[in-house]
Amino acid sequence: MSAENRIITDVVCPFCGSLCDDLEVETDGTKIVKVKKACKLGKSKIMGHERIESPLIREDGKLREATYEEAIERASQILSNSKRPLSYGWASTVCEAIEKGVHLLEEIGGVMDSTASVCHGPTVLAVQGVGAPGCTLGEVKNRADLVIFWGSNPVHAHPRHQARYSYNAKGFFSGGKEDRTLMVFDVRKTKTADKADEYVQIEPGSDYKIFSAMRTILSGNEDVVPSEVGGISKEKLIEIVDRMKKAKFGVIFGGLGLTQSRCRYKNLENVISLVDEINEHAKFTLIPMRGHYNIAGFGQVCAWETGYPFAVDFSRGYVWYNPGETTAVDVLNRKECDSFLVVAADPASNFPKGSVEHMKDIPVIQVDPYHNPTTEFADVVIPAAVAGVEAEGTAYRMDGIPLRVRKLVDVKYPSDEEIFDKMLTKVKELKGA
Amino acid sequence: MDLLIKNGIVYDPINKINGEKMDIFTSNGKIVSNAKDPKVIDADGKLVLPGGVEGHSHIAGGKVNAGRIMRPEDGRKGIEPKGKLTRACSGYSVPNVYATGYRYARMGYTFVMEAAMPPMAARHTHEELIEIPIVDKGAIPLLDNHWMTMECVKSGDMDKLTAYVAWILKATKGYGIKIVNPGGVEAWAWGKNVSGLHDRVPKFDVSPAEIVKALSIANERLNLPHSIHIHCNNIGHPGNSETTLETYGLLSGVENSDRQVMHATHTQFHSYGGSNWGDFCSKADEVAKYVNAHDNLTIDLGVVMFCDTTTMTGDGPHEFNLYKLTRRKWSNHDVELETGSGVVPFVYGAKIPPHAIMWAVGIELPLLIDDPWKMMITTDHPNGCPFTFYPQIFALLMSKKKREAMISEVHPVVNSNTILPSIDRELGWNDIAIMTRAAPARILGIDKHGKGHLGSGADADISIYDISPEEVDPSRDYAKIEDAFSYTAYTIKSGQIVAKDNEIVAVPSGKTFFVDPEIDKSLMDAMLPDLELKFKEYYSINLANYPVQDAYVPNPYKISTKGA
Ligand code: SF4
Ligand SMILES: [Zn+2]
Repeated sequence: MSAENRIITDVVCPFCGSLCDDLEVETDGTKIVKVKKACKLGKSKIMGHERIESPLIREDGKLREATYEEAIERASQILSNSKRPLSYGWASTVCEAIEKGVHLLEEIGGVMDSTASVCHGPTVLAVQGVGAPGCTLGEVKNRADLVIFWGSNPVHAHPRHQARYSYNAKGFFSGGKEDRTLMVFDVRKTKTADKADEYVQIEPGSDYKIFSAMRTILSGNEDVVPSEVGGISKEKLIEIVDRMKKAKFGVIFGGLGLTQSRCRYKNLENVISLVDEINEHAKFTLIPMRGHYNIAGFGQVCAWETGYPFAVDFSRGYVWYNPGETTAVDVLNRKECDSFLVVAADPASNFPKGSVEHMKDIPVIQVDPYHNPTTEFADVVIPAAVAGVEAEGTAYRMDGIPLRVRKLVDVKYPSDEEIFDKMLTKVKELKGA
Repeated sequence: MDLLIKNGIVYDPINKINGEKMDIFTSNGKIVSNAKDPKVIDADGKLVLPGGVEGHSHIAGGKVNAGRIMRPEDGRKGIEPKGKLTRACSGYSVPNVYATGYRYARMGYTFVMEAAMPPMAARHTHEELIEIPIVDKGAIPLLDNHWMTMECVKSGDMDKLTAYVAWILKATKGYGIKIVNPGGVEAWAWGKNVSGLHDRVPKFDVSPAEIVKALSIANERLNLPHSIHIHCNNIGHPGNSETTLETYGLLSGVENSDRQVMHATHTQFHSYGGSNWGDFCSKADEVAKYVNAHDNLTIDLGVVMFCDTTTMTGDGPHEFNLYKLTRRKWSNHDVELETGSGVVPFVYGAKIPPHAIMWAVGIELPLLIDDPWKMMITTDHPNGCPFTFYPQIFALLMSKKKREAMISEVHPVVNSNTILPSIDRELGWNDIAIMTRAAPARILGIDKHGKGHLGSGADADISIYDISPEEVDPSRDYAKIEDAFSYTAYTIKSGQIVAKDNEIVAVPSGKTFFVDPEIDKSLMDAMLPDLELKFKEYYSINLANYPVQDAYVPNPYKISTKGA
């Protein structure tokens, strides 16, 4: 460490929904030289990689360099001239930028959607059906004696989750893993399953049946449960339900294995109902393993701004919410939108083919610190500061705890918040004219 | 711009103005005695009141947003398109931030207190408060089920407790001390509850009674503008009036010359007799008798009106009970080392006996309590019903005929299990002005900060209603009362006309009120090692990331107090 180097403590990691807030980052005044305590994923996010250096505008099929002013002007023109603009992404930026984004889409009468619509959207739909019996991660750390990962693999996707909050964490009423039982339900033996006290392999697409069987057993009707459900024997199911009923404090961490397999939101409705019903016997909670560090924040901001957590359509002047109709994938697939604003996301890689097809035919605006396959479709590219590293703001952890992510170094790039603030002003100007 | 509000009929109870025809001037956002070249608002034949002060409402933060997320069907019930100045609105019982600000302002309210802020998620509450337009606001952090609080209570260390409360108020930019089912919410973290004031909280071995008394001591030592603000144990239970009265009695003999020492909230939900839903009945008369006999206590009502609303409280076990009754949706959110919360949609039906009784209790209380200065009218929005029911509630209080009309439509159990049908009292204009302006401002302690009155130097927050107290007899013309209070002819906030004839005409940002208690540094230093240990070992975030940064109160109104 040289004399000018500075160590910043208590840094919040802007990568996954665990939002670890104990990182130490060393900077040399202009760039980050070392990241301590983060996992590999967090470290590589904070260290960063090759950037989009300058704003770009496509001309004659090629992207050429442009100034920020020019790029924002061009993007604003595209948006204010469209009849049905669509925006998507927003999970890897801060709430302050999302607020500006919601306002911008309201102003131009567009559709606003987040990456939730292709990951935990089904969880949100289930919450709308049956509610959300949850708690903060510290409750798990302090109290849980039964920790269940269902269709989620934190070792891979949330590497520090178990050490900080769940299985391995020490808490007030728990000395750590000796005092907890770890159960993993998954279709294959993941790295998380390797460490479990009990790994229960389930047949692909059978989660719904299994929850139904468990609820049936819980309600005292085990006589109608067949001898085997989804690859689990009836005896085993009875044993599992019994274990859950005897928990002092139980938690299920639900992952994409539930939201992206057969029955999707129905799986979540069923497991939430199971948790509700277990609460008549034992304290039990459910926490969705949200992926991007601020995808939970998008849901919060969108809900307080519009009343609904994602997929909102402003074309009627009031807010219209109808997932399946107003979700980004569907709007694209119906070839309905005539411009597409992508923020800190990569639909070109993650959307179904039919939806990506339409991206070729309409102007695409990308706001992102980095190149990704979506850049190939973009007509305007606006490079932004990396929120949580180069710009500050609010992010919500997977359990709804809001933290302020930091600006660690000064950079030449404007923040998302600044970019959308300018775009909003410009759009209002153009619309007023 | 300066204003002259000319010839209105003014009710300004704090300044003892009781329906006088007079002029009011504003300049630079304040009430003044004269102004040069003001814009004139003709208020001839109109009712002029200080801006409404909502003393207990749930408008911002995790549980309100959980309600919005869980209830798109509620969102659809309140849609309004964006306007030139206004943002798109949604929601009926859980309106979005814009609808919240506009609807309060259109009804003439200019200050709203969010009554339950979970400290660890305070940043969220403030993010929403920033976005609520027009009205001034504040938020009261929950403090009773904290491990730090209970440990101090157990060891009897009032110095440490006082320092801890001061620290939380600073860290959360909070307004006072909220108590919700003391001890019961910690028990709920294990799926349990407490059943009365003398149960012991699991593992912490303190009683609800001890927690309440200790927090009251801390509150008074810090000289906070407001008293402790308590949601008693056993909310919603038949027979809970015993617990309620016993709670009130905990501070018997404790006095503060400036204000009450205990504010008991949504008293309607705590004034029940009977031992089950079969013999469930009103005990509003007994609760009112206590309030009438004691001057150190204030209450708010928490009136129930018949509708499909969303219940939300920090009282996790209570919300679970409501879920078991309704079997609809249930949201729960326990917050480590501090508190909990729950959200459950709820339909109050006029023909359902317990609901009819609850409705009656909410109307009985203000008619049975003699002194309107001891109460604020609230619906515990949205727990009893959305705040947009206020005009109907005012009409019920001002007109026996209106009550008779309504009683004939609800379940007849109100005739046997409540005394509402026998009450003749009708409240007057001044009573309503007290219970929606002057008293809430006094009770919260913001009367000294320019709220709740129209004296010189007060904030120029004024509501003008298109109704003449000289011409209308509220007893007979109750429909006119309802209409007139539904929206103002003018709402003026900090000297600016923000609403006119039910239309928003300006959208300034309101201020956030919070308290910054100063205490002896040695007390704070002695407390901190304990707190640091809590963060090191048990919280899931670091101490350095806990306090709410200044960025979350862009328009601060800081009230500094000096502790003893
Ligand atoms: S677990 Fe997630 S939040 Fe924590 S350091 Fe790794 S990537 Fe960052
Ligand atoms: Zn309340």
